[in-house]
Amino acid sequence: MTIDVSALAKLARLEVSETELKTLEQEIPEILTFVETIQKADISGVAETKGLHNVMREDSGAIESGTHTETILKAAPAREGDRVAVKQVLTRKNK
Amino acid sequence: MDLSKLTIAEARRALDAKEYSALDLTNAYLDAITAKDKEIHAYLEVWPDSAREEAKVADAMIAKGDAKALTGIPIAVKDNILISGRIASAASKMLENYSASYDAAVISKLKKQGVVFLGRTNMDEFALGGSTENSAYGPTKNPHDTSRIPGGTSGGSTAAVAAGMALAALGSDTGGSIRQPAAFCGVVGVKPTYGTVSRSGLIAAASSLDQIGTIAKSVADARTVLGVIRGHDENDSTSLPDIEEKTPSATKRIGVPRAFLRDGIEPDMFAQFENTLRSLEKAGYTIVDVELPALEYALAVYYIINPAEVSTNLARLDGIRYGLSVPADTIGETYSKSRAAGFGPETRRRILVGTFVLSSGYADAYYRKARSVRELIRADFVKTFESVDAIVLPTSPVAPWKVGEKADPVSLYAADIFTVPVSLAGVPAISVPSGTVERDGRQLPVGFQIIAPHEREDILFAIGGDVERQ
Repeated sequence: MTIDVSALAKLARLEVSETELKTLEQEIPEILTFVETIQKADISGVAETKGLHNVMREDSGAIESGTHTETILKAAPAREGDRVAVKQVLTRKNK
Repeated sequence: MDLSKLTIAEARRALDAKEYSALDLTNAYLDAITAKDKEIHAYLEVWPDSAREEAKVADAMIAKGDAKALTGIPIAVKDNILISGRIASAASKMLENYSASYDAAVISKLKKQGVVFLGRTNMDEFALGGSTENSAYGPTKNPHDTSRIPGGTSGGSTAAVAAGMALAALGSDTGGSIRQPAAFCGVVGVKPTYGTVSRSGLIAAASSLDQIGTIAKSVADARTVLGVIRGHDENDSTSLPDIEEKTPSATKRIGVPRAFLRDGIEPDMFAQFENTLRSLEKAGYTIVDVELPALEYALAVYYIINPAEVSTNLARLDGIRYGLSVPADTIGETYSKSRAAGFGPETRRRILVGTFVLSSGYADAYYRKARSVRELIRADFVKTFESVDAIVLPTSPVAPWKVGEKADPVSLYAADIFTVPVSLAGVPAISVPSGTVERDGRQLPVGFQIIAPHEREDILFAIGGDVERQ
């Protein structure tokens, strides 16, 4: 099995070096071979999520705006006022 | 006091009898850490000042007659459980400077008891591994032979308890991460029923498998700590409703899945398992063969579901809201460069495998198929428990290996064979020390694993106590 690791890395938002790419191109197929046995399991009549149910709560008890702002912003790498600062998300470059 | 033998039960008695103070006890543990941890490296950080302050508060509680089960008991906490204002790094460079913004539910409960927090313990990064070698801060060594691994991922917690550097510890178990290192370090480790202990404030690895549990020197101690941290929590939607604790039946029937035991187990590890079975028989248990045919798929199912959930959970670490952030020209590069710099090799591998098994075109054959087979495994356990009170297995098929010995990921994954089925089924299990095996002239501990039906931890403690007494 050949896996396009650089495509996967792009999907996973993970930069992978050329050297690591070579190792991973060997390791990931080995891991997939290791889990291959499930393909022979007979799952006819088995529900994928049997026994699971959603747990809901009332949409109430909202925390007043600003209560945790400082605590949370303290952990952010960059801030502007009461916001987390990020690089521009939308650009016109790729027209 | 002899810290190598001290239990919570004995410390409780002595503290309440004022034979020594919580501060004396805490200082004794801090001294032991100073003396031994250079060699073992169980701790990533020790908190001597706050520990002494907490001990003084505990002493005041004891003096007033307000002592609870864990008042003044010095414990260690795995580095993936949040304590407000403290670093919680999950042994990753990604969270090296991350200071927790709130207390995990289990920490709130322990604080109310007046526990003393000694420090945070080493682990495999983001709870991915089985040897504590995947820590970004260097491996922990097994106190029984420092050339060997302590097991993982809670290897720092189990090594701390085994070496007398904490009276008990918290760990987390996703596929054996409490039970296997407990076995390798010769201590007791409990993975409760999924949903028994709140996961609020536990850094997520694989959410449908993660469960916080306890590590201690005796079954009774592990039970005492679990008694404090368990309970329903509205901040964890997978938390179970509180129930009355049951009492074990008088039938004492134990099932052994013999067909599943054949492959890959070291002969002396198997012989030790048989020894324990014989002593349980002498103690009045009936040992019967049971069949759980779907267990042959357990490792495969686990190594699909775990990476799938890990890749999803770790997507939140992107250099934007908290954790490591590598400056870059675009937001996309901030994500990919921060993640490359922050995650270690095994974490990156799991993220990529998880991304693959969830990707369009492969999700049906891998992730969804694995979820269905997981139901078969769960059903096998439920059906087997109609005829036996407990199922037993060795905790590990192999003795603790040398640091650096198992380099390829697949050989490490295979060592999880006896612990992952339990996690997939969500049933509770305990590893209790039972005998030793010899490697290079050293005696290494062996763990005996007891598995009970959902929410029947009482059975684990009853049988575990009988194993302990042999």
